Amino acid sequence: MSKQQPAQFTNPETPGYVGFANLPNQVHRKSVKKGFEFTLMVVGESGLGKSTLINSLFLTDLYPERIIPGAAEKIERTVQIEASTVEIEERGVKLRLTVVDTPGYGDAINCRDCFKTIIAYIDDQFERYLHDESGLNRRHIIDNRVHCCFYFISPFGHGLKPLDVEFMKAIHNKVNIVPVIAKADTLTLKERERLKRRILDEIEEHGIKIYHLPDAESDEDEDFKEQTRLLKTSIPFCVVGSNQLIEAKGKKVRGRLYPWGVVEVENPEHNDFLKLRTMLITHMQDLQEVTQDLHYENFRSERLKSGPRTVEDEEVNKDQILLEKEAELRRMQEMIARMQAQMQMQMQSGEEESAVHGHHV
Amino acid sequence: MSDLVPEPRQKPVVPMKPVSINSNLLGYIGIDTIIEQMRKKTMKTGFDFNIMVVGQSGLGKSTLVNTLFKSQVSRKSSGWSREEKIPKTVEIKAIGHVIEEGGVKMKLTVIDTPGFGDQINNENCWEPIEKYINEQYEKFLKEEVNIARKKRIPDTRVHCCLYFISPTGHSLRPLDLEFMKHLSKVVNIIPVIAKADTMTLEEKIEFKQRVRKELEVNGIEFYPQKEFDEDLEDKTENDKIRQESMPFAVVGSDKEYQVNGKRVLGRKTPWGIIEVENLNHCEFALLRDFVIRTHLQDLKEVTHNIHYETYRAKRLNDNGGLPPMTVETEENHESNL
Repeated sequence: MSKQQPAQFTNPETPGYVGFANLPNQVHRKSVKKGFEFTLMVVGESGLGKSTLINSLFLTDLYPERIIPGAAEKIERTVQIEASTVEIEERGVKLRLTVVDTPGYGDAINCRDCFKTIIAYIDDQFERYLHDESGLNRRHIIDNRVHCCFYFISPFGHGLKPLDVEFMKAIHNKVNIVPVIAKADTLTLKERERLKRRILDEIEEHGIKIYHLPDAESDEDEDFKEQTRLLKTSIPFCVVGSNQLIEAKGKKVRGRLYPWGVVEVENPEHNDFLKLRTMLITHMQDLQEVTQDLHYENFRSERLKSGPRTVEDEEVNKDQILLEKEAELRRMQEMIARMQAQMQMQMQSGEEESAVHGHHV
Repeated sequence: MSDLVPEPRQKPVVPMKPVSINSNLLGYIGIDTIIEQMRKKTMKTGFDFNIMVVGQSGLGKSTLVNTLFKSQVSRKSSGWSREEKIPKTVEIKAIGHVIEEGGVKMKLTVIDTPGFGDQINNENCWEPIEKYINEQYEKFLKEEVNIARKKRIPDTRVHCCLYFISPTGHSLRPLDLEFMKHLSKVVNIIPVIAKADTMTLEEKIEFKQRVRKELEVNGIEFYPQKEFDEDLEDKTENDKIRQESMPFAVVGSDKEYQVNGKRVLGRKTPWGIIEVENLNHCEFALLRDFVIRTHLQDLKEVTHNIHYETYRAKRLNDNGGLPPMTVETEENHESNL
């Protein structure tokens, strides 16, 4: 969250002081009370460290009883959607985080149908929200729309795979994509730079729209502007996840212990984990807004344009339309009748006078 | 051979060494010099070795082959330039080199398979590879049944196939299983865990155990195959390799760095230098010793005596005879059988 300047009220005794400068505080207090909701989707092949990264990001264990299936079982499996919700509270601020996992993505030998399930899920959440929004009771709409999608790119390849390109092209109009290079401790620094550049080139070449951090406002302080600039140049983030505490240089850090050294998760020289976390937390609000203003509105206008989909809905609507049209007709007829009556009255009164003035109405 | 239709696979029971009559030599004869004669001959003729590398792009196949043979035998595609895309189908690229060490010449051929496992739909992507391997057997067979055959038949058969497993840390991928199931019957497969510097020691041990178990459960026989152990000595040695070391978790590199005053091949990261030939860091040295220093000849022999013979037997069965030949050799059709 951006640094909040301490509320500076002018002296309440000053004439002309209304007091709405207090508004941001009220909003802040209300939202803190209400808590925040955020839905994060993670997509990527098995074994890229998605679950470990999520656990590291939110310092929790989202998957306590996890059974990893063997390769033979994976042959038959299709992509599944698993949503787990966790409530995290920090300094009085409540966050209801839903992580949508997609096990089975990219596992099959033929991955043609991989993304159908995922796209159907995203559309389904939009549909539900649209339905709730158009409903009568709008007080307690639950927002389950996917606000952000972390797409995990394998560090072992030379860039994006055909599957990566196809998937991102299919969902970039529906959800904010944040590409993440997983297991970054496989790469030396030079290899990382090369891979990042390569991925950015390919993203541009294929016209994939990933989430762009908004530029810092001109009234923010220099630190924040610098931080935003740094974040923007580091996309895609190269991350390493771990929740194990290792002893390094005399203190306990979260990291991975190798025979040749220790990779520290929270060391900015080792990987971009901190940057990813900062980006997510600082821009959580913005991610939600872009989902609402851009992706959801796109979906909504498409939906309303194409009209209702199910057959029963169509019939119901046809009847409704007919009734409405008939009502309209009646109304128009009444209006015409009224106008005619008015004209007649005016004509009559006019005739009385026209004898004098010779007016035509 | 009295059998015209030999069984597809002969399972030799671990035989004992041939019984020998204990003879007391009265003097030195010089029979042991035959080893020296064979050595000299081999050195003069040199020998061929064909190694195939299979795996998804980016797993370090070319780098590993270069590291194995300490020379640039495989063109690294570490930077697919803008124009080079992932090929749409699996291609087979064979590049030959002659390398020499200690007076021994080796004609090494590295067969690369770009495009394997990289598509969205990877069904049957092993078929071009299987076809290539069988084509080499066919070539050899044709040469062998010729009347005027060359003194040394050029051997293009694939002696060894290194299969690169992605180090996910979880398990094998369905594609890995399918490939190995189909191809372990025609070629010697050595599974290798690529880019092993991704895993910590515990993760490595656990992953290797899982992979070994999965291979066993699915009936995949990788090299050294249990059924071809010739004697007890081989069996114990191979058992140890099979159950403990394989699949080898390797790291490849062609860059040298200074460590403790020595120049070593390795990878430099902000948290340390990974030494390729250090057994504490990765098992590259084990793989190299296994493939080159101890089992090179055995790989060739198993390919020739078992895989090739299986192919030959199948061909004889299918055609009811030998492959169609040119007119001149038809008269000798019967005698060659």
